[in-house]
Amino acid sequence: MNSRLITLAVSMTLAATLSAQAFGAETNYMTPRNEWGQPDLRGVWNFSSNTPLERPAKYAGQEYLSAADVAKIREEALAEIARSDGNSSQGGVGGYNQFWIEGVPIEENTRTSLLIDPPNGRMPKRVPGAPIAFGGLGPDIEGVLPVRFTVGGIGKDHPEQRGLSERCLLGFNSVPPFMPSMYNNNVQLFQNKDHVVIFNEMIHEARIVPIDGRAHLPEDIAQWTGDSRGYWDGDTLVVESTNFTDKTQSFRGTGVSADMQLIERFTRVSPDQVNYTFTVNDPKAFEAPFTVEVPMHKMEEELYEYACHEGNYGMVNILRGQRIEDGTYIDASGN
Amino acid sequence: MKAMLKNVVMAAGLACSMAALPAFAQGDIPRTPDGKPDFNGIWQALGTAHLDLETHVARPGPVVEMGALAAFPGGMGVVEGGKIPYKPEALLQKLDNQSNWLQRDPLVKCYLPGVPRSTYIPYPFQIFQAPDTTLISYQFAGADRIVYMDKPDFESQVDSWMGHNLGHWEGDTLVINVTGQMPDTWFDQSGNWHSWKMSVEERYTLIGPNHIQYEATITDPDVFTEPWKISMPLYRRIEPNAMMLEFKCVEFVEDLLYGQYRKPSLE
Repeated sequence: MNSRLITLAVSMTLAATLSAQAFGAETNYMTPRNEWGQPDLRGVWNFSSNTPLERPAKYAGQEYLSAADVAKIREEALAEIARSDGNSSQGGVGGYNQFWIEGVPIEENTRTSLLIDPPNGRMPKRVPGAPIAFGGLGPDIEGVLPVRFTVGGIGKDHPEQRGLSERCLLGFNSVPPFMPSMYNNNVQLFQNKDHVVIFNEMIHEARIVPIDGRAHLPEDIAQWTGDSRGYWDGDTLVVESTNFTDKTQSFRGTGVSADMQLIERFTRVSPDQVNYTFTVNDPKAFEAPFTVEVPMHKMEEELYEYACHEGNYGMVNILRGQRIEDGTYIDASGN
Repeated sequence: MKAMLKNVVMAAGLACSMAALPAFAQGDIPRTPDGKPDFNGIWQALGTAHLDLETHVARPGPVVEMGALAAFPGGMGVVEGGKIPYKPEALLQKLDNQSNWLQRDPLVKCYLPGVPRSTYIPYPFQIFQAPDTTLISYQFAGADRIVYMDKPDFESQVDSWMGHNLGHWEGDTLVINVTGQMPDTWFDQSGNWHSWKMSVEERYTLIGPNHIQYEATITDPDVFTEPWKISMPLYRRIEPNAMMLEFKCVEFVEDLLYGQYRKPSLE
């Protein structure tokens, strides 16, 4: 055997071992089977993360944080907490959001980026001319209908000018694909003989995935959360989704979801961890496909009902407030 | 002669009650690997329970333009004994609800339907059964219920639209006790209502490979004089390509709910 090949094989094994260690995988872990004989992924999983999507410049060429990096990050975080003393950046009492913001200790995922492909941990270039729109928590942005981003808006003339999460049409962390966000990063996986359900707590989004080999919906049938089909690749559940509407984005402020193909992979690597990996392929938005990996941790708690629309007083108040400011408010109740 | 007649009547009565349930339960039903009746699949009710749980005659609909399509056909109802045992003042509330149906029915606004209404509105639902945690997912508004089969002491933490659902088996019957429901859901399109004190005991029994006998007993001491029961069959959607497609109805009610806050046009 060629010695270069041996070296390559050894270094690949080493890399695989390191990678497995970094992600908390147990050596020789055997995924348990459910009553149908399938790998058992069921349970509530939390996909919080403190790892950035893209690799910061200072870690260029470095896939994992060193022990010294981890210690330094922790030290900085503690110093920041001590400095702010729980107060908000604008001064005064602490922002109420602090109460439910969630994350995981940085040593749970020592990757320097959630992006694992491209290997440099950076998003591929956007295709010139691809639609781009970022919402956000600040003032409304300039923009055109349809509003495809989730948080924020382009005006307060009518509900369609608000982001999809404010309208309770899509959860801001569950679009699919789902991505770690400030809070409510919970997903419960259900399985029976011929289906998997990916149930995000955010706006109680249950994505039903047939795994019985049936064909996708006809091309002209589009849905907000697409049309998902799954199969087992060894012990990994693979979910392929197409047939998205043109009313959402492909990923990260870019593209139109109708042009997107999404491949998600769920692999249980230990009793307490499922790795969630997804690949977005939208040649009209990004010059290359890219892949993100998010470790998910087992929760011994139950999901709550996230009844978004039923309690959407925010939408009424946003629009009514603007009408009052405009002097065009008409109180239909006659008060 | 008299005794014989009595026997005949008794036998007939027995046959009737057998036909109502257990006789069918003896048939072949699908089972999960752990031997439980297998409720996995897509199900749907037929009939007019979603319009009015009680026995009702045909009546006009509220939308002139929709003509016959919005009118209610008559129906036998699904309430045991025909009538819901309202307290007198609660009945007045029901009648008031009924005369303000479109303005008040939470389903018009795409709100989560609650239990038992989710079961018999004319939309499919899908059961994903597991020994510990079963999911029931409904097409309407993407409503869901997580049913805990292994947590008999797990108390409701906070009220919700689809309730706190604890399941257990009684023989081959899946029993789900539902508590902690918001008072904001209704039973049907006729203004039948409940308070936050309502509890519901649902019973699902397979009476063949493609039929469930569904029963729900409703208890609410603030609204009803006694517990009352509804029952109806549920039918498996047997089309080979049956699937629940999305029905995110929020986008279809924004004009209804927020239209009055739209910026007036300058014309």
